[in-house]
Order: sequence, then C-alpha cells, then structure tokens
Amino acid sequence: MTKSLKIVVLAKQVPDTRNVGKDAMKADGTVNRAALPAIFNPEDLNALEQALRLKDRFPGTTIQILTMGPGRAADIIREGLFRGTDGGVLLTDRKFAGADTLATSYALACAIRKMEPDIIIAGRQAIDGDTAQVGPQVSEKLGWPQVTYAEEIMDIDGSTITIKRRLDHGVEVVSSSLPMVVTVNASAPECRPRNAKAVMKYKHAKTVSEIQEMSEDYVQRPGCDYLRIIEWGVANVDGEDVRFGLAGSPTKVKKIENVVFQAKEAKRLTAADADIDDLMGELIANHTIG
Amino acid sequence: MSNFFTDNKDLQFQLSHPLMKKIIEFKEKGFIDKDKFDYAPVDFEDALDSYHKVLEIVGDICANVIAPNAESVDQEGPQVINGHVKYARGTQKNHDTLAQAGLYGMSLPREYGGLNLSMVPYVMAAELVARGDAGFANIWGLQDCAETIHEFASKEIKDEYLPRINKGATCSMDLTEPDAGSDLQAVMLKATWDEKQNIWLLNGVKRFITNGDADIKLVLARSEEGTTDARGLSYFVYDKSHDCVKVRRIENKLGIKGSPTCELVFTNAPAKLVGDRKMGLIKYVMSLMNGARLGVSAQSVGLSEAAYREAVKYANERTQFGKAIIKFPAVYEMLSQIKAKLQASRALLYETSRFVDVYKAYNLVAEDRKLTPEERTELKEYQKLADIFTPLSKLFSSEYANQNAYDSLQVHGGSGFMKDYPIERMYRDARILNIYEGTSQLQVVAAIRGVTTGTYLAQIRKYEQTNVKPEHDYLKKQLIAMTNDYEKAVEDVHKANDNEYTDFHARRLVEMAGHIIMGYLLLIDAQRDDDFSGSAEIFVKLGAAWNSERYSYIMDFEQDDLGRFKAVMEESYE
Repeated sequence: MTKSLKIVVLAKQVPDTRNVGKDAMKADGTVNRAALPAIFNPEDLNALEQALRLKDRFPGTTIQILTMGPGRAADIIREGLFRGTDGGVLLTDRKFAGADTLATSYALACAIRKMEPDIIIAGRQAIDGDTAQVGPQVSEKLGWPQVTYAEEIMDIDGSTITIKRRLDHGVEVVSSSLPMVVTVNASAPECRPRNAKAVMKYKHAKTVSEIQEMSEDYVQRPGCDYLRIIEWGVANVDGEDVRFGLAGSPTKVKKIENVVFQAKEAKRLTAADADIDDLMGELIANHTIG
Repeated sequence: MSNFFTDNKDLQFQLSHPLMKKIIEFKEKGFIDKDKFDYAPVDFEDALDSYHKVLEIVGDICANVIAPNAESVDQEGPQVINGHVKYARGTQKNHDTLAQAGLYGMSLPREYGGLNLSMVPYVMAAELVARGDAGFANIWGLQDCAETIHEFASKEIKDEYLPRINKGATCSMDLTEPDAGSDLQAVMLKATWDEKQNIWLLNGVKRFITNGDADIKLVLARSEEGTTDARGLSYFVYDKSHDCVKVRRIENKLGIKGSPTCELVFTNAPAKLVGDRKMGLIKYVMSLMNGARLGVSAQSVGLSEAAYREAVKYANERTQFGKAIIKFPAVYEMLSQIKAKLQASRALLYETSRFVDVYKAYNLVAEDRKLTPEERTELKEYQKLADIFTPLSKLFSSEYANQNAYDSLQVHGGSGFMKDYPIERMYRDARILNIYEGTSQLQVVAAIRGVTTGTYLAQIRKYEQTNVKPEHDYLKKQLIAMTNDYEKAVEDVHKANDNEYTDFHARRLVEMAGHIIMGYLLLIDAQRDDDFSGSAEIFVKLGAAWNSERYSYIMDFEQDDLGRFKAVMEESYE
C-alpha cells in the first residue's frame, strides 16, 4: 500500500520551436523569443501526465509545479492547475537570469530541498536547449537516484518505484527507492486536456507580482488562498549567490551555426533481402555498426 | 497549436452579441452560485470570460484530437460484441478526452456537476465538435438528454443520473421503431408496471437508435395498454447496468459511420418513469426534439465550416492553366456562395439560440419569483420565436450543409471524389442532416405556422427597424421589396382557403421568409462588424433571385394544377 505522495514536476516555459518562421532567429544567431509563442515544454507535459496519473491512483497525492523563468512563466503553473495540479512555485529573480544547466539545476535543487517531495518528475529535455541535463543534474545535486527516458511509472509500493524506460533498442523495467528523480520521454502518454471547471476556478490564480501589475481596483476573489501562486527569489531559497544565474554558469556560447545535413553519396536500395544483406555487410566492414 | 474556436472570428462575434448580458445575468440568477462553487462567475465579465476559456478548450480538442481522428473513425466504425457496442478507437479517445476536459453536462446546473452554460456557448461547442467530426457530434450532443431529465424528471431521478453526465456517462434517446419513424404516435414498445418489483419493465424493439448502447437511455414506450395514439405513451429512463437491452445490430450507413446506429431489443428492462404518465410524446419528446433540432442545426453549420475550409484550401493549392483555381470566376463564385450560406445559417442558428436562451432564462427566474406582466409577455414572445425559428434553422442549415459539401467537393474536381481528401467524408456525413430529427419536409410542417400566423412577418418588420449605414441602404430596400412580395405570395396561397394547397406551397413560403430573415441577420451583423458586408451583399442578392423564382411559381400557379402532381399517385412499381 502506498500512501499519498508529494510530487514536484519540473517544467519550463519555452519558445515554440516546432513551428519556426523566418524571423525565429536574430541576426546574431540567438533565438528571437518575441517571434515564437511561449509554450509548456512538450516533454514536461508528458511528465505532468505521469504525475496526474499517480494522483488519480493514490488519493491525497499533491502535485506542485516548479519552474524558473521570468514573471510570465507563471502561465506554466496555471496550465498545471488547469489540468489537476495543486499549486506551484515560480522561481523568478534577476539573479536567476542567464543560467546554464548547472546554475539552473542548482537553483531548482535549492528550491526542492524546501519543498521536500517524494518524487520529482521532469521532461527528458526542453525543446529550446535540447540538453537533457537539468533533470539528471538536479538528482546529482540532491544525491537522489534518477531514472531517465521513462515512458511509464508502473507502480509505487511503499518506498519502491517501478518504471518502464524507453530506449533505442527496446524497453527496460527498473526499480528505485524514493525519493528520486524521473525524466520522461515524449513516447509517454500525452497530457490530458485542460479541465473546464479547473480553468474557471484557477484562471484568476496569480503571483504577487502579477497582482501588483493589475489596476488598483483589482481584487482577487476574496478568501481564496489557492489563487496565490508562490513566487520565490534568491532570498527565499538557501543557496550561494555566486552559484545562481549568469554568475554560476560556466557555459559560454561561442558561436551558433545552422547545420544542414546534406546527403552526398546517396544510394538507393530495393527492399530485396540481397540488397539489405549487402548493405549490412558494408556497414559492418566500415565499422558503422558492430 | 490550431484551435477551432480562436481561428473563427464569427463565433467570437456571436458571443459578443449585446443580448448576452441579459442572458447570462438571468442564467446565473444574479451570480448566486459564486459563494457555493469556486468555479462559478462573480459577474457578467467573469462569466463571459469563462465562456471564452471553455470554448478554447473545446476548440483545442476539436482541432487536435477529434478532427485528426475523423478519418480512422470513418474507416474503422463501431462494432457489436456480445450485444454491446464497441466504439472505434478514435471515437473512444474523443469521448475520453472530452470527459476529462469536463465538457459533458455543459448546460446542467452546477449542483449536478454541470457548467451552467447558456444555450449560445453550448450550441457553439456543438458546432466546433461537428467541424471536427460530424459523426462524433452525435455522441457528444446526446448530453441533451441531461437537459430533459433535469427539466422533467423527479428529484430522485435527477440525483441518481445527472451527476454521472459530467463524469462521461453517455446518453441516447430511444424513440424510433420499425413502424414509428416520423410518426412517433405509432410507438409500440411496451411498458408494464411490475407490482412486485415496484418498477416499470420495458419490452420490445427500437430501431435507428443513435448511440443505442449508451449508459443512460431515455425511452418512449406505450404504458397504457389498448391505446394506439400519443396519449398512451410515456417517457422512461433506463440504466445500462441492468444489462436488459441488447444491441442486435449496427446499421451500415452512407455517412457518420463513427456514430453507432443501433437496433435494440428490450427484455424486461427495468426503467423509471420520467415526469407524468401519458405525457411522453405530447410534452417531453416535443421539448427534447426542439433541443435536438438545434443540435443538428449546429452540427450542420460545423460541417459547412469544415467543408468550406477544405474547399478554400484546395482552391489555393491547386494550379491549372498556370494559376491557382481560386482565381477563376467559376470557382471563386462557388466559394463565396458557400461562405454566404455558411454565415447566413450561422447567423440564424445563434439568433435562434438566443431566443431559446432568453425564454429558458425567464423560466429559471420564474422558479424563484413571480414574473412581472411585462416579463411574462416577453417570455411568451421569445418562446414563440424560439418555436418557429428552430425548425427554420434546422431546415436551412442542414440543406446548406448539403449544398456546401456538394460544392466544396466540386471545387476539388476529380480529387474530391477520391478517399484521399476529407471532403468526400463530409459530403457523405452531410446527407443525414436534413433527414434525422425530422426531415426538411417535417421542418416545413413545423415552420409553416410562422408563415400562417404572421410571426415571421412581424419579426421581419422588427428587423426592418434597424438603422443601417448609408452604404447598406440599398440592401435594406431590397429586403423590403422581398418582404412585400412574400406578403403577396402568402396572401395568394391563403386566398385559396385549402389546406392541401397551403401544404403544397409551404416550403416555398417558408423558404421565402427564411431568405429574408437571414438577409436581415447578416445585414444587422454587418452594422456591428464590416466583415459581414460581403456575405450580406451576396446573400441578399441571391435571396432576392431565389425569392422571385418562388414568387412567380406561386403567383402563376392555379389550384387546379395540383391535379398534375397528384397523377403520380397512380403509378406504382414492384
């Protein structure tokens, strides 16, 4: 029997790089964020669905989304609320800005220590950086086990979690103790839709900063504490200032290049066994495989 | 991410209609729910904002789940396994997604798990679902049954059944039988009172039942032994968990193949009486029918929208003689006519929905306090308008959906005839729209009252009072001329003082009224948003031509000419 769980889902607001127009890149090769809509990182949605399924199975389970970004990243926490989470924390501070994966995972780990979850579920990677580093780095910093490339959290029994991983050559089922970190693949079930009642309930959920930006006569629905989205700055998490944001980021972007793959020596094969055997022979001979 | 709601400016326009304030304030009864339910709105702006946000969810699911599933659902279809229906995989996925999103029981009050949406946004959601997949719109749209239970059933039945709807319980309305189609008075399925079990038992056969294996069924049955007409029929609710209704077969249909049309066998199926005995057909089914007709109307407009977009897309992509075919007059004329009919039928659909909304809202208010005499007059007025606009909307939107699907396929040329493009499916799906929930011919039977009682004419004269921009003056003049001709044609038919003669010309008269009404609605919309000017001009021009054809046919017709038509009755073939 598993009691209720405390889950933290790591999620990131990213520019939608899937529908890239002509103005997606600036002249200096950096991403033109203004031209791309900000979305919930797709694999983080797969992660969120895994969390919601655990909540469905184990009543009393709570889900918090943890995200780092500018004020508008509060949208990510609202998106979670619209789908069934219980709340979230927005890490936002000028001092967090400019973070590479090292500084990001440091900030997240500091916040997670305060949140004390049983499980952290994150998307495998974000579509803007494609590093797949943040989840594993968070687990290393916390000293917790990690399972990457997860497709399904199959079961939790006591303090043992069983997870199906999707790998290039097939699937693998592994177990781990709790607390731990899971990163989820896009092959996992897609996230459920927003729920109409949840949207009506939580559309007014706001961070303190957002409320301050509203007109003076704005009143949030009275007596509804659940409509406050928690905002933490550097001062709210215990950490060393030099390890946050740009200061804590050793990564330097030297140059961004647009790589176009070009097939030079294209060869067309038929589906006949003989052709395929020849190709295999060739690939083994030149050590492409084997 | 595509979204069928946010990509359609017309829907947002309809949602911003000035009457919405009154509708929402009534529907929310002064926003009393706000202290009981955390998702209830606090004021009009909040409610309207919620309407938008809910419709955005619907638009998202329709664009990204339902529409992409439509082709596989059409191919796979449902099956019967051990007397029960198994949906196509895509159908199940559509249903599960909408249930997860909380989009069932949308118009039910919050105490029953509903969203308390008024008719306009509910109808809009129906239009969106149908644009995604017209066949699936039936399964989703049968949540209408909840409305009937809510309106007429006892508290016990409401408490038992209604909370299940929002959680995704499916519904069906079981009316038709092999010998009772358009003529429901002939229903024979037997309901007998079982003293021992203290419950009604249903026995018999139903046919052509959409979604016949639903969790919750509303069944029309003969409770009064020895009767043969409507006065012996009552309405019952049946719960699938009793497992006393078997699906004998699923019909193999031309279109809407994903929607299972079932033949059912009831064997001692326990059921509860909805409302009063003997009122089944006379009161409850009639009320249900009006809702269902509005539903088919929304389904038709949604299908028209889908077909129109396919046609425009193809006409831009396809190049012949060195240019995109959309540049040829024959093609752009077809496309702009499709658009005009689409926007006209949509204008009529939402005008009708608003009428329904206002009178239902007054009924809600009347539960709590006595209406003032002025309010009662207004209630009656809106109810009368709703009653005669509903068949008009069903008639036109379903006929236009067929015409639009036909023309949109034509724009595709030979490719449209192939399974490679979705337009052939839409063309097949459209064909049922002007048949079920009352054929077009029966809509005319209901709508002709609007002609003979002068209700259409009075409403047209009201529309006539609208001030229009100077550049639209000529359209108004045109519509006034059409109205005068309409009056003359009605007078001419009336003069004959012969019911059969009126029936013979009924469709022509109803259509003349409809063209004028839709012309006005587009013209009025064009005063609020200039984007409607194009369709208003095209539609009024077409309407004038269509009406003059009908006018001359009626005016040149002699009563004796009927004989030539009756001659066909002598013919019969084996």
